[in-house]
Amino acid sequence: MSARYLGQRLLQAIVTIAAIVLLNFLLFRLMPGSPERILLRNPNLSQQVVEATRARWGLDKPLIPDQLVSYIGSTLEGDLGYSFKFRGQPVTSVIADRVGPTLLLVGLGELISVFVGIAIGAYAGWRRGGVVDRVGSGVSLVLYSMPYFVIGMPLIVIFAAGLGWFPTSGMTSVGGGDRPFPDNIIDLARHLALPLATVSLGLIGQYSILMRSAIIETRSEDYITTARAKGLRDGRVLRAHAFPNAMLPMVTLIAINLGYVIGGAITAEIVFSWPGLGTLTVTALQSRDYPVLQGIFLLVAVSVVLANLAADIIYGLLDPRVRR
Amino acid sequence: MTAEIRGRRQWPLPKQADPAAPLLRVNNLQTHFQLGRGWVKAVDGVSFGLDDGEALGLVGESGCGKTTTALSLVRLLPSNGRIRGGSVELFGIDLVPKTDRQLDRYRWREISIVFQGAMNALNPVVQVRRQIAEPVQYRLNQSESASLKRADELLDMVGIPSRRLGAYPHELSGGMRQRAMIAMALACDPAIVIGDEPTTALDAMVQAQILVLLEQLRRDLGLSLILITHDLSVVAETCDRVLVMYAGRVAEEGPVSRVFTEPRHPYTRKLLGAFPNIRSDRRTLETIPGEPPDLVNPPAGCRFAPRCAQAMPVCAGTLPPEVSFDDGVRVACHLFGTTA
Ligand SMILES: Nc1ncnc2c1ncn2[C@@H]1O[C@H](COP(=O)(O)OP(=O)(O)OP(=O)(O)O)[C@@H](O)[C@H]1O
Ligand code: SF4
Ligand SMILES: [Mg+2]
Repeated sequence: MSARYLGQRLLQAIVTIAAIVLLNFLLFRLMPGSPERILLRNPNLSQQVVEATRARWGLDKPLIPDQLVSYIGSTLEGDLGYSFKFRGQPVTSVIADRVGPTLLLVGLGELISVFVGIAIGAYAGWRRGGVVDRVGSGVSLVLYSMPYFVIGMPLIVIFAAGLGWFPTSGMTSVGGGDRPFPDNIIDLARHLALPLATVSLGLIGQYSILMRSAIIETRSEDYITTARAKGLRDGRVLRAHAFPNAMLPMVTLIAINLGYVIGGAITAEIVFSWPGLGTLTVTALQSRDYPVLQGIFLLVAVSVVLANLAADIIYGLLDPRVRR
Repeated sequence: MTAEIRGRRQWPLPKQADPAAPLLRVNNLQTHFQLGRGWVKAVDGVSFGLDDGEALGLVGESGCGKTTTALSLVRLLPSNGRIRGGSVELFGIDLVPKTDRQLDRYRWREISIVFQGAMNALNPVVQVRRQIAEPVQYRLNQSESASLKRADELLDMVGIPSRRLGAYPHELSGGMRQRAMIAMALACDPAIVIGDEPTTALDAMVQAQILVLLEQLRRDLGLSLILITHDLSVVAETCDRVLVMYAGRVAEEGPVSRVFTEPRHPYTRKLLGAFPNIRSDRRTLETIPGEPPDLVNPPAGCRFAPRCAQAMPVCAGTLPPEVSFDDGVRVACHLFGTTA
């Protein structure tokens, strides 16, 4: 990978992030309801109070450049304003509280499903029409097409409500997080099990289907016939020739998906009342908590851009053809 | 010839080999492809032999089954392809009934292939020298460093400069890639190298260089060569024998010197007439009217009958038997009946 390629990608990422910040600024100023009214939440305010508030928050200044400049300045300082709903709390700390649970659930789910999904998909595609393919592809397609709550609800009904093996919702029992080690971890793991299974199953479906078609496409390439002609064992042909080439399109897909990890798996989080960014998004939407929504939007957008950058870099390392 | 060439082998013959048996004998090979509407009889009763150090040219129109014949030898067919009859005897060992696992012993170590258009035949994400070293390491069980050393020697032998050793396929020109393919084909010191249109898609200058290289390697290493090509002048220059195929069957086979000077089969005559360089006069260039037959339902008799100017009543209904002549030529045509 050349320095030029790397430089280009970096520049592209920086420009995209700048555009996102600008869009974020404009978009939320076009939303219905003037900011100060939402701030004060009282339709019967005296004009005086409104004026004072406008002056205090700098809303009497022109949108561009004054408001934009101060927005960019505070964004760079990590100040995303204050939540409407969680009064007084800075947006950054509201969001920060939810990042951990989401990363735990969706991040771990991604990790598991990348490995499992790719392994299943690669094997199914390589032995197309075999048992693994016929069973695996059918199941994968069903899982892939189901929204998380359709996967999650039966799990709750069977394993939580029915068998009582796992709790139905939340991340900890009451006081569970304060118990001594390892009880607190066990408590967390029991809460994590079903939502993690839900997220993983959905993603395994997606990854295995895509990996299967990538392998099938690669399988008919001439260099696979060459590898066979060399008398290499079937496993070596798959590992050394088909797999690395089939992984090229997968890398991009995985990296982009990873960017969205931070946004949480909204329906899965809701079904299990998981205190992550997904549930926060829904709460913020319901209460028109614009600063928080703006913060989440910024976080997700920047993560996606960074994930794309990572994808380009990894792709550049794996595929010699882009090194020039 | 045979003893001298076999004496040059670096690796012992396969265990079941009969040292007295000829190198390769293909008998009545039938390779068909399964399609929804039936079997495509791409190769349907082809027989030929190849002796130590010999070069055999395989010619015929596009779709007549040249590639399928070559791929059948070590069974590298597409998934819908099957050998439904005949035998492929290498050193007297029939390869047809072998399992894939058993065939691996013969692939590349005895029969290697230089495919057409080496751009796609080489793995784009693996260094060329590693692809050449791979069969040495995994088939001859050499260490990785010894395999890479061998790869570098081979690259040197085919004329790739040492500063290009770390190159990936896309970093080499078409001619270089084809040289690398040839180096790869030689990696395990095989008895037979198959070239499936190894110079197609290269410009004339590079084509000539590659052919000179192949010819020189064949002489130096005592290789036997099966050369598939559309270029009859290449066959005339490099091959000892030529096999003319039509619609999955042998039309004519024999020494190049005989077949090209005195073609007997009407199809061979047309083919030579359609080729400018052999009979030098470009203005009388002939074309062969009509299309090759549908190989799912080929004609019952001679497959060339619908296009043959000399066709007789017997041709449409009866398959012409192969007739051998004293000069080593074999022809399948009713014009040369057993009694004729
Ligand atoms: N996988 C397949 N399924 C069905 N038919 C096939 C398949 N592969 C090849 N064929 C058919 O078999 C016949 C022989 O094909 P083959 O590739 O051996 O011809 P060829 O002589 O090598 O042609 P060319 O000069 O174009 O390379 C053709 O009619 C082709 O359409
Ligand atoms: S057998 Fe008959 S149809 Fe076929 S090539 Fe000979 S003369 Fe022509
Ligand atoms: Mg061909």
